[in-house]
Amino acid sequence: MLDAYPLARSGMRPRRVCGKPCGVREIPVDEVADTVRRLCVEANHELRGDHVDVLRRAREREQSPIGREVLDRLLANAEVSARERIAFCQDTGYAVCFLEIGQDVHFTGGSLAAALDRGVAEGYREGYLRASLVRSPVDRRNTGDNTPAMVHYDLVEGSDVRLTLLVKGAGCDNMSALRMLTPAAGVEGMKRFVVETIEAAGPSASPPVTVGIGMGGTFDRAAVLAKKALTREPTGSPSPDPRLAELEAELVDAIDATGIGPAGFGGTVTTVAVHVEAYPTHIAAFPVAVNLDCHSHRVRAVTL
Amino acid sequence: MTGSRDASLASTPADPTQHADRVRKPPTSIRLPLDADTVRELRSGDSVLLSGPLVTGRDAAHARFAAALSAGEALPFDPAGETLYFVGPTPARPGHPIGAAGPTTASRMDAWSPLLVERGLRGMIGKGRRSDAVKDAMARHGCVYFGAIEGTAALLSQCVTSSEVIAYEDLGAEAVHRLEVRDFPALVVDDLHGGDLYRDGPARWRRVAR
Repeated sequence: MLDAYPLARSGMRPRRVCGKPCGVREIPVDEVADTVRRLCVEANHELRGDHVDVLRRAREREQSPIGREVLDRLLANAEVSARERIAFCQDTGYAVCFLEIGQDVHFTGGSLAAALDRGVAEGYREGYLRASLVRSPVDRRNTGDNTPAMVHYDLVEGSDVRLTLLVKGAGCDNMSALRMLTPAAGVEGMKRFVVETIEAAGPSASPPVTVGIGMGGTFDRAAVLAKKALTREPTGSPSPDPRLAELEAELVDAIDATGIGPAGFGGTVTTVAVHVEAYPTHIAAFPVAVNLDCHSHRVRAVTL
Repeated sequence: MTGSRDASLASTPADPTQHADRVRKPPTSIRLPLDADTVRELRSGDSVLLSGPLVTGRDAAHARFAAALSAGEALPFDPAGETLYFVGPTPARPGHPIGAAGPTTASRMDAWSPLLVERGLRGMIGKGRRSDAVKDAMARHGCVYFGAIEGTAALLSQCVTSSEVIAYEDLGAEAVHRLEVRDFPALVVDDLHGGDLYRDGPARWRRVAR
């Protein structure tokens, strides 16, 4: 852990912000790179404990014999990958980084963006993870080290940095969707759209899926919210907003009712969690983004 | 190879709860390369353990197969009798033949698969639904589609006993490899008799939302 207020402790005169003395916390970007490196390896080799629990509970409530067989194999796979230090899914995905940066933080020692990429490149090399990114959708030349990281920055109050890594497979990302609904379509329209998206994805999203839903904001805001919704920890914990929590429970039932089941072979468990995030939007708008994550859920978060 | 259909997976609609505690038929061990009789006997929903040679290929390799064929050039392998696995593994650790090696989404290969099926490809392994055009070509030419369980890449890697690049080495993980597998687990998804596990399985368990 870094010293939270190195300037204040070092006796140097703190920078003056808003007329009051306050500590500007310095964080070397090398620290960020090293953290990203470590998280890339951990996320790909070890299925997070709460997600293992979620799959165990899915195994208990799954009624289809074939579905139970699939869930047994997923659980066995998680054990083998952790023991052998091998990725539990060969699609080691995009390295998506969410950074919530306290406004009193100053990154030192170089470019933060470059440090994030360096962390990804080192982690993917060290963990024997697949380089899956091409430098352009047109020429499709592999970048060779899984960079660039897909980064979302948010400025927040304080002097902490919350770094969340989501390793996102393309199979399920490809089956995600965004629609600009009308206010008249309402929550019922939103639910229909979510279930349609799941039905269209079928086995390709590698169920049982985690479903991230972003509602409101603008076209782009909804998509980022949906992706960030996937990172909620532990998997399947309800929204703090009781209305959204109720909607999440209704959606779990509606999605399971499709019968798609584990691996899409048919069964009673198609989703292990629906996470809904909402944001203010326009009087004329009801944007809804649905981002799907396969059962190989790879999320790690730390506070620097 | 018994060829008998697993009652717990048959497409006859029934009360799903009646099937809930049925024990699944144990998997059938199959030696690769597949022969025409074996392919004909397989039924959608059957569990199989495959042993023998596979060839790998995914998006970029298929684009090159198609380009080679349209230029009148030979393919880097003869598809006749082969089983093709849609996979792009992670790098192998030293001393291991392969890294994590689970199936990728087969529908991305739909545009190209008929070209190989028409040339005698007898099996494909991937995940996800196939197009009607692919299924028609498979039924016509005697090719079966197996589903491997995505997200079991670490387990599946342990079934691979050897791996070598046979074409397009510059494609890295997407290069065409010759794999030898032992007891590689898969399910028959699309058989030669109209069975489709991705259609029939979910249809059995579909219900009205509460």
